[in-house]
Amino acid sequence: MHAGSGSFGRRAALSPQAMDVYLPIANLAVNGLVIVGLGALTGLLSGMFGVGGGFLTTPLLIFYGVPPTVAAASAASQVTGASVSGAFAHARRGGIDYHMGGVLVAGGVLGTGIGALLFRLLQALGQIDTVINILYVVLLGGIGGLMAHESITALRAQRLGRPQPARRRRHHPLVASLPLRWRFYRSGLYISPLAPLLLGMATGILTMLMGIGGGFILVPAMLYILGMSTNVVVGTSLFQILFVTMATTMMHALTTHAVDIVLAGLLLVGSVSGAQIGALFAQKAKPEHLRLILAVIVLAVALRMALGLGYRPDEIFTVVPL
Amino acid sequence: MKRGLAILAPLLLLLLGGARAPILVPEISQHKVEVRQGFTGADLLLFGAILDPGGTRAAQDYDIVVVLKGPVQSIVLREKRKVAGIWVNAASSELRSAPSYFAIAASRPVREIVDDKTAAIYELGLDRLQLSPIGAIDPVRQRHFADGLVDLMQRQGLYREDDHGVTISGQVLYQARITLPSQVRTGTYTAETFAIRQGRVITSAVTRVDVSKQGFERFVANQADGNGLLYGLFAVVVSVGMGWIAGRLFALV
Repeated sequence: MHAGSGSFGRRAALSPQAMDVYLPIANLAVNGLVIVGLGALTGLLSGMFGVGGGFLTTPLLIFYGVPPTVAAASAASQVTGASVSGAFAHARRGGIDYHMGGVLVAGGVLGTGIGALLFRLLQALGQIDTVINILYVVLLGGIGGLMAHESITALRAQRLGRPQPARRRRHHPLVASLPLRWRFYRSGLYISPLAPLLLGMATGILTMLMGIGGGFILVPAMLYILGMSTNVVVGTSLFQILFVTMATTMMHALTTHAVDIVLAGLLLVGSVSGAQIGALFAQKAKPEHLRLILAVIVLAVALRMALGLGYRPDEIFTVVPL
Repeated sequence: MKRGLAILAPLLLLLLGGARAPILVPEISQHKVEVRQGFTGADLLLFGAILDPGGTRAAQDYDIVVVLKGPVQSIVLREKRKVAGIWVNAASSELRSAPSYFAIAASRPVREIVDDKTAAIYELGLDRLQLSPIGAIDPVRQRHFADGLVDLMQRQGLYREDDHGVTISGQVLYQARITLPSQVRTGTYTAETFAIRQGRVITSAVTRVDVSKQGFERFVANQADGNGLLYGLFAVVVSVGMGWIAGRLFALV
């Protein structure tokens, strides 16, 4: 990182200095291998668990010194890359409800627009960091807790040899009370399109604010709130994430100008290959174990964020260009 | 009255002659810093010569202070405080002229070279930056924010102070080495050299350094700022394409 030790670095081709990459939008030199490794780690998660992995990329990039806006904007394109191959795979076996997906995407694109406005408002108020942190703690903590509880219950039931109580697939009463009803054949639903539209909108806002794909919120919401049939949930969620992160990248490119193509490229190299390896692992592991591991990771990130809010931060002062 | 002047005149001349500025010839190792791929910062050598007014021999007993200053920017400086158990941005101050980079090097600690007033006039020292806060702010609060900014920027390597950074050899040549980290802002930097004697700035000279993105980095930054639609589309195509290619490659394995 320091220019003073440069001559040594140039001589040894594989030393850390030789891997320095300058990020033209973040205005910062970083170690390219670290970024590729970070991408691979989150790609691995996305391949294994079907989530985007953005919830891990954005905080780690910020921790590495990348400005928060650039981190969120560039992480979105990484999630696009990681979800492409998954979405193709699900499409091939008919695991996407395009009708439902279309409504979710429409909501998601609206959501990114609202998210962009919110982003600007919160930035002007100086509270964007706090809001992002609180969102992380609440959402990750809540969902991680639910997942952990569910997978532990399932594992215990298996060990005792008891058959799992079959979940009654039924959408939430609130969903039933909404006006207008459409038939979503592949999802096996006859519900108001407003429910998935609002759900898509919420994930769009979160994607814009947090740089996450929203998969870890979308999947449980599709299962437990909309009551979609399980065989199209993951595929449809990937379909929605794919288009919403694309919209997010565009929105950032047009409003914040914070998409760093070099940073995104490095992350992509790691994450697209990580995702493929993760998918191989996922085929061999038990789904309950996978969900428990994901729950632990999600809870760990939430805990770290919560501590960050409570402990005295390293930097009391922050500089924002006027 | 006239006679008084006549007596004073030679004295004035002598005084003025004594204070005649020495010749300061500053130079910098590079006037252009190119930010391109692999840029990890730059080491600038600021050097030069100082001669007596006649230009014939070395000037005597001068102290040299070198200041390298980046483009100023308007910023909001926010301070976190603990509110209801969590740390949030609670106070802020708007500064109209915060330098994005500021490095000062001197042949002796600046405090020993000049008094507070002179230091304040010439911005000699990190605690002397003229940040132009907006609005009526009381001095204590202003000091508090200025200290916060300096502390933050110092730890980011963007503000530097080196009390013995200037070496003077043979009373003629001086040199100072100043490091620009990789995260410097692009723009025109000014390198100002001050020759100081007995607490007074006798002469100063300015050279400029142009820090700019070149090649691919320049292209990317320009496109991102001025051509958001195409740039965004390109980013989307790259990410979809890479995901798709990876899927295809691994399907072969």
